[in-house]
Amino acid sequence: MNNEAFNNRDVSDSYFLVDIEDYPTEPWDKFKRVIKRTFRIELFVGLWVVIREMFKFDIHTISYPEEKMPIGPRYRAIHEMKRLWESDTERCIGCGLCEKICISNCIKIDTRIDENSRKEVSEYSINLGRCIFCGYCAEVCPELAITHGGRYENASDQREHFLMYEDMLTPLDKMTAGTQVEFEGFGAITPHEDERVKKTPLAY
Amino acid sequence: MEVAYLIETVIKVVVVLLVFSALAGIGTYFERKVLAFMQRRLGPMNVGPYGMLQFGADAIKLFTKEDIIPSNVVAPIFKIAPVITAATAFIAAAAIPFLPEFTIFGYTVHPIVSDINIGILYILGVMGVGLYGPLLGGMASANKFSLLSAARGAAVFISYEVVTGLSILAPIMMVGSLSLIDFNDYQLENGWMIFNMYGVGFVAFILFWIAGFAETGRTPFHLIANDHEIIDGFGTEYSGMRWGLFFIGEYANMFFISFVIPLLFLGGYGDGSFLGAMALLGKMSFFFFFFLWTRAAWPDVRPDQLMWLCWKVLMPIAVLNILIAAIVMI
Ligand code: SF4
Ligand code: SF4
Repeated sequence: MNNEAFNNRDVSDSYFLVDIEDYPTEPWDKFKRVIKRTFRIELFVGLWVVIREMFKFDIHTISYPEEKMPIGPRYRAIHEMKRLWESDTERCIGCGLCEKICISNCIKIDTRIDENSRKEVSEYSINLGRCIFCGYCAEVCPELAITHGGRYENASDQREHFLMYEDMLTPLDKMTAGTQVEFEGFGAITPHEDERVKKTPLAY
Repeated sequence: MEVAYLIETVIKVVVVLLVFSALAGIGTYFERKVLAFMQRRLGPMNVGPYGMLQFGADAIKLFTKEDIIPSNVVAPIFKIAPVITAATAFIAAAAIPFLPEFTIFGYTVHPIVSDINIGILYILGVMGVGLYGPLLGGMASANKFSLLSAARGAAVFISYEVVTGLSILAPIMMVGSLSLIDFNDYQLENGWMIFNMYGVGFVAFILFWIAGFAETGRTPFHLIANDHEIIDGFGTEYSGMRWGLFFIGEYANMFFISFVIPLLFLGGYGDGSFLGAMALLGKMSFFFFFFLWTRAAWPDVRPDQLMWLCWKVLMPIAVLNILIAAIVMI
């Protein structure tokens, strides 16, 4: 697909002015317009259109709790915390970038050194009552660890309503089954990234 | 004799009251369904099969809701206004023959509460009194939107009373009576009113129909309670069953007008056979359906356009119509 259609912002040749008749000022002209409008039977066109739709019975209602609209893969709903495909361990390295960038200050993260002297996330929560689902956390995450998911039904009985690390983390059985879904939206790697990436000179 | 008549009348009154209160409820169900289908929606679906018990749920809600009297309203008037709307709608029904007379268990029933000889005048008069519901309710509500709606209501009702009255004059001159039963019998002899007298009947029919929309406050002339500009107009401050009474009044009015139009212009129940009765119900259903149909299809007009239509278009036509009728009759 080429970008021409998007890059061409000059739409002037396809724009045209709608033909609007001058407003009548003379009483006789006004009268003529009334007569014309009265006998053009436009009202019946309206009646016909709605009755046609009624008999066509082409219903577009989605009975919501039973039926749901498919949502796009880039939809930004409740966060998910992904695992590494290779080792099934958590991707999050506890860098704290997501906490730092979050514009509504709703991520709280705490880390500690574990027995292998590695940094480990000890505390991680997102306050969904404050989250505006902007996607910055997913975009900034260097490890593609925190992403958005497709769960959008998050009613709760209070305004503060926390999402804990364990709830977000892909369960292990899902990893074994190989059904973890990568997020395609904010922060995701663009397709064919391997071909485009340039080597960093070692001298840096 | 006297006692039998009294009992019969009371029974008829109760039947009319119950049937049309229920019909008003069912009418809302039909309205929602028809509007939904015309707009490619499903309408109420969850209460009962195909949402058929929705009006029952609504009734329970209306009956059990708290009856709020806001603090700044003129309480006695505020309280009585919805009753006026509902009551006048039903009182007007007294002179409408809903079906031809029939015999049941050897007893002849006239399905009209009272065949008074000024039937039409009575119906129009009482329906005109219905104006006081929105007017008083709106003025007593201490709410600007209600007040606007009351002003509009008064203007619309009074103007369109004129059109209704004048448009009906030509047919009355032809029939020579004001009783709806006489109208029916006249049309049985001379064919339907709308085909009578070189189109005079037809013009009268169209005028009366248009005015019917204004009298019931239905969509092209819905500006008395226009949700998108003045909230619910005179109904804004009402809650619970008082609001429900306004509602029942409006729908009962729609049904009664839908009965009156075919009785006046479209042959009524004809010869009074079973088929004739069914035909009347069929015609009534069409006119009721048309109220819903226009609501889906047509935009509302502005108040000034409504007045313009009434005084500068419909009234002159109605007067001309009477003149032509008079000339033809001579
Ligand atoms: S989506 Fe935005 S607001 Fe929500 S946690 Fe991420 S950065 Fe914060
Ligand atoms: S930005 Fe990613 S890796 Fe860093 S703490 Fe947040 S989730 Fe973990």
